[in-house]
Amino acid sequence: MLDLSQYNSLGAALRDALERWRDETCLIEADRERENGRLTYRRFKEAALPLARWLQANGFMPGDRAAIIMTNQSKWLVSAYAIFYCGGVLVPLDYKLSAREHIELLAHSQAQVLITEHHLWRAIQQSGNFRDLPARTVLVTEVPADAGLADAKRWEECKDSGEPEFITRARSDWACIVYSSGTGGRPKGCVLTHENYLEQCVSLTAWFPFWPGVRYLSILPTNHAIDFMVGFIGPFVCGATVVHLRSLRPEFVRDAFPRYKITYVTLVPLILKNLEKGLRARFEALPAGHRKFLNGLIGINRFFARQRPRLWLSRILLRQIHRAFGGELRAVFVGGAFMDPATLQFFFDLGIPVANAYGLTEAGTAVTVNDFNPFRADTVGRPLPGMEVKIVNPAADGVGQVAVRSKTVMSHYLDDPELTSEAIVDGWLMTGDLGRVDPSGHLQLFGRAKNMIVTEGGKNVYPEDIENAFDGLNVKELCVFAANYVWPQRTLGGEELIVVLHAESGQEIQADLLADLNARNRRLPDFKRVRGWVRWDEEFPRTASMKIKRNVLAEALRSKLDRQTAVTEL
Amino acid sequence: MRTLDQTVEEILTLAAAHFKVPRAGLTPDDDFFKTLRIDSLQALELLTRLECHFGVELPDYEMQGVTDFRTLAERIQARL
Repeated sequence: MLDLSQYNSLGAALRDALERWRDETCLIEADRERENGRLTYRRFKEAALPLARWLQANGFMPGDRAAIIMTNQSKWLVSAYAIFYCGGVLVPLDYKLSAREHIELLAHSQAQVLITEHHLWRAIQQSGNFRDLPARTVLVTEVPADAGLADAKRWEECKDSGEPEFITRARSDWACIVYSSGTGGRPKGCVLTHENYLEQCVSLTAWFPFWPGVRYLSILPTNHAIDFMVGFIGPFVCGATVVHLRSLRPEFVRDAFPRYKITYVTLVPLILKNLEKGLRARFEALPAGHRKFLNGLIGINRFFARQRPRLWLSRILLRQIHRAFGGELRAVFVGGAFMDPATLQFFFDLGIPVANAYGLTEAGTAVTVNDFNPFRADTVGRPLPGMEVKIVNPAADGVGQVAVRSKTVMSHYLDDPELTSEAIVDGWLMTGDLGRVDPSGHLQLFGRAKNMIVTEGGKNVYPEDIENAFDGLNVKELCVFAANYVWPQRTLGGEELIVVLHAESGQEIQADLLADLNARNRRLPDFKRVRGWVRWDEEFPRTASMKIKRNVLAEALRSKLDRQTAVTEL
Repeated sequence: MRTLDQTVEEILTLAAAHFKVPRAGLTPDDDFFKTLRIDSLQALELLTRLECHFGVELPDYEMQGVTDFRTLAERIQARL
């Protein structure tokens, strides 16, 4: 691994990595059963530098912002490196957002360059707010031969010969603007510096090292802070290989493990549970005798792994299971949302350690990770090296708000000093999550102090961001809440959104109103939908500028209504 | 060549069989996540089943934002 303390920027570290590991494979891209191609570090460099040169020739200046909206593929990382090489600030956006949301975030970030895929660009061009697009240079890949692009350019043609100028950056300079949420409401653009990333990389690789030959399966979107780190920066500075899949159907993901002998992977709880379901179904289909024998082997494995994983033993005892995962899997990272301890234990007993982690974009990704010494299914692990975690205003049982201090904590929220001063207090990042640190230093989470949910797919959803979907609904006023914010649960499970409806005086909540609500709800992506509604007959408390006082309204709801009886399922 | 209505019908029949629900309970404009009580991964499984049946290949992104059978049928129809 490169000694990252010697570097000031991601661009400089990556530049040396491409030289040092030049003959190693850095990227494998597969599409279903087909392999699209492999790149060595040398070839990666040969693909990126002509693009960097082209960007410079077309007016891209140090400090300029360039957005990438792409599915996980080689061109994502090649483009990102070209941007860093030019001293640019990368704005990685979630390709799963709608075109309208893409434009809103592009406008907020003021990205001068946009690099995207054809199907996404087509949607952006057709969006009603297209004229708000700030990018003056648009590069599009995977364009059908007969498709017109108007002013946009084909990514593949954006190459200039000659040596681009490498632009030096300071550690405190911005590396990325990463949106942790927010379109309809208040965009939260986390400004992360080169130091944030370099320090995070040192922390994570101290516990989970990469080296040439390690293969990381990149499934989470690369714009996601965790995949950007463990599916790009971490492996690259260590000479490891990243595997991209163009199709994330469960069957192709399963096939990728043995085909590419995967070492590490990051999954969201939804996918891990899907894998568990598949394995349990296969176990149950075994004849009774086989099943009993398997259970015996699992019991032996559990006994020997009670202090720490013993992968070599697990691979012998449970050979067929490990073979299905490629036989070289060292750890599965999971985080971003509540993970059922029973699922974690299920995999650990099979000799597949799942490193349950806790992190947030504002903290530069992971804060705590389960280090397996010993394995604990009931916590999100211990703070990574360089992370300080404290509990603010703990109650008698030790539970309070989790705060984090580290060199990895973001610089600020883009163009929002007010939000920044709420989030970072005296150098501590206030996470808005409730937790307790147990005597062994493990962090346990107990729900959220903030009005938001995190889906099983790992997406943050802020209620105020989706309220505009219900504008014009025939009620006097409405407000969307995270149900667990109104009625705190002391658990991270059962996270769902609800809408509070205040009807015009004397009106009932009629079937046609609910039909309209349902129709609007259905137009939202699944993870943003409200799951129930609550009738409320009092005026919403509001500020002088007529904003809803959400905390006051939540308190009123909590004191007067019971969740079980008040929420009607949609 | 199938008509759009035929494609919708075939999708409804296949979805009912795949997720073991009564065919009569499904209509073209249903939100299939809700009617079939499935998550996004199961929706992708259904897509694979439909690809085999119709002999087409649909990129994952074609499913993005699609929640009802009729729109799904339109996406498939465009590639037949």
